[in-house]
Amino acid sequence: MNNLPEKEYFASGHNACRGCGPAIAMRWIAKAAGDNTVIAHATGCMEVISTLYPYTSWKTPWIHSAFENAGAVGSGVEAALKTLYSKNRPNVLMIGGDGSTFDIGFQALSGAIQRKHNFCYVCYDNEAYQNTGYQRSGATPKYARTTTTPYGKVVHGNDTWQKPMPLIIAAHGAKYIATASVSNVVDLYNKVKKGLEIPGPAYVQVQTPCVPGWGINQASTIQVAKLGVETGAYPLYEIEGGKVKMTRKLEKLVPVKKYLELQARFRNLSEDEVKEFQSRVRYWYKYIESLESKGKVFP
Amino acid sequence: MPLFGKFKYGGKNVISGSDAGAIAAKLCRPSVISAYPITPQTIIVERLAEMVNNGEMKAEMVKVESEHSAASVQMGAQATGVRTIGASCSQGLALMNEILHVISGLRLPCVMMVANRALSAPISIWNDHSDTMASRDTGWIQLHCENNQEIFDTVIQAYKIAEDKNVMLPIMPCFDGYILSHLYESVNVATQSQVDNFLPAYKAVHHYLDPKRPITIGSVAPPNCYTEFKFQQQKAMDKALKVIKKVNSEFSKEFGRSYGNGLVEEYKLKNADTVLIGMGSVCGTIKSVVDKHKGVGLLRIKSFRPFPTEDIVRALSNAKRVAVVDKAFSFGNAGPLFTEVKAVSPVKKINGFIMGLGGRSITEKDIEFVIKNAGVEKNFWVNVNE
Ligand SMILES: Cc1ncc(C[n+]2csc(CCOP(=O)(O)OP(=O)(O)O)c2C)c(N)n1
Ligand code: SF4
Ligand SMILES: [Mg+2]
Repeated sequence: MNNLPEKEYFASGHNACRGCGPAIAMRWIAKAAGDNTVIAHATGCMEVISTLYPYTSWKTPWIHSAFENAGAVGSGVEAALKTLYSKNRPNVLMIGGDGSTFDIGFQALSGAIQRKHNFCYVCYDNEAYQNTGYQRSGATPKYARTTTTPYGKVVHGNDTWQKPMPLIIAAHGAKYIATASVSNVVDLYNKVKKGLEIPGPAYVQVQTPCVPGWGINQASTIQVAKLGVETGAYPLYEIEGGKVKMTRKLEKLVPVKKYLELQARFRNLSEDEVKEFQSRVRYWYKYIESLESKGKVFP
Repeated sequence: MPLFGKFKYGGKNVISGSDAGAIAAKLCRPSVISAYPITPQTIIVERLAEMVNNGEMKAEMVKVESEHSAASVQMGAQATGVRTIGASCSQGLALMNEILHVISGLRLPCVMMVANRALSAPISIWNDHSDTMASRDTGWIQLHCENNQEIFDTVIQAYKIAEDKNVMLPIMPCFDGYILSHLYESVNVATQSQVDNFLPAYKAVHHYLDPKRPITIGSVAPPNCYTEFKFQQQKAMDKALKVIKKVNSEFSKEFGRSYGNGLVEEYKLKNADTVLIGMGSVCGTIKSVVDKHKGVGLLRIKSFRPFPTEDIVRALSNAKRVAVVDKAFSFGNAGPLFTEVKAVSPVKKINGFIMGLGGRSITEKDIEFVIKNAGVEKNFWVNVNE
């Protein structure tokens, strides 16, 4: 592998479920950030499983305080670092789950980007509030069964589609935006590294399957994430200088059914519902791909 | 747009309470400023912005998008190892409530000025103490000021108290919105070297974010240690009682001004049968009425948190009747200051008076009413239109 550091910054021995997608991502995100980094972390699974007092998995300075404020805490850290260091200033890495990022912490992140602090925000997207027992979030796909969107006789699971968060962030004028998948940790590593190296605000969103929340086999995390990419359900791209670039071009989209059927949260979907899911996936994949040829589409 | 009037360091100036707070904060050399506009606190943020943009103050001013973020930014900056300043009140203080608990729990010595204001609904931009009373159990030290000079002095003292290694707790210097924040009166503004002599440059000692010595801040505490964290926090509050007194007398040596013993101020208590108790600017009014009476005195509570139980018990040892003035109310019970004083009062004839809510004026006549009814077996809502 091309020069990936052997040193670990996210220690094993934490309390994540076996096969936890986010925990795999944390390891590579922390490696990308390296020694000279301060991490501001939101409440959620990765915070809870990694810092049960008196233990910690984090080998870089790390602070957690609440669910909705990683963007603001990291802004404060960055402001203070500016006054403390004139050179070799530490990276500021903010980490939040999808619930923290898409919903409750959205405002704090929005403000941080607009103020142009120098940071990289990583959203690990397991597509629901998993820490509190698998409730829907603004990142939960339609028809997904969660504990607040059960598959009922009248309503079949979640009734909303995900917010197009990377594009919303791009519209803020962030310097670098990327999506990634835990099925390709080298790509994830490179994108986080790039996000930290580019001056100004950067945002990386990585799809990370959750074993109990998605109802998948604990050995199939990577397989599911891989299908997320290959079906086009989780398109991989970067936005730099306002220009969109697909980092994984799909010649042909694998039928989304293959991705859905590995996950208990999508069990019981009717044919029509699968069809709607398929057309939604195709629409967004094609839409983002179409932006690639348009040059600078974001500020 | 309101701008600073001219003022000079090292002498008397006629300035507002907000100016006094902002100038004092500047002289304490915070590295990061984090605050969000809310009436009547806004002028403080504006003054700080003005000093930063004019190059008079070297600090990062983070123009946050809410009070929740204001407190979070201040916390993040303080945890990185620098001195910070914040300011808020009312709805803003309520919005940041969650983070106030975190700041004290993480033992970060933040200082945030509060220009006390009522809470909605109905919405009111005017003064009372509902906002800081609702923040009572956040683990912040609360020091109430009576006049603009005291605002100036308390902000400077606040850093020294908060940063004392036996304390390491955040502090709210509190002062009445409009009544002081917008009142212009004479304030002796210290020089930079005076403040530097009194308040050493900030040096984070233990828990701060530094890649050279990585630590984890804000971890999950299981039931086997959560209580111990909270116990330590209370021990720090206990120690703060001593430190507040010490800093008050050190301040007096450097600047020639002090406020009672730092925790409480006793006014004409020696031969007083009747003792009024209050906090903040109303104490000025009470003093002027007390002056017209024999046998009436005032015990001003400056430190509401930590609560100066011993000082209150001692100060009331000769009293026969006690009347507690509250500018806030705990619904379903009584005035919060009254409830707390009553719990420790050696005097059994003690009652509470609710007044000055949502900016209603407290007149000398109202204070006469309090004196007349002090210690009777009934609490009062003074001047209420039933
Ligand atoms: C203000 C507040 N509201 C609610 C919670 C409860 N809570 C803690 S974590 C969490 C969900 C986290 O979801 P996400 O950000 O997606 O992270 P995940 O657990 O999925 O990793 C919730 C609802 C909280 N801690 N704070
Ligand atoms: S619930 Fe999901 S995200 Fe949380 S630790 Fe388990 S697998 Fe990971
Ligand atoms: Mg989640």
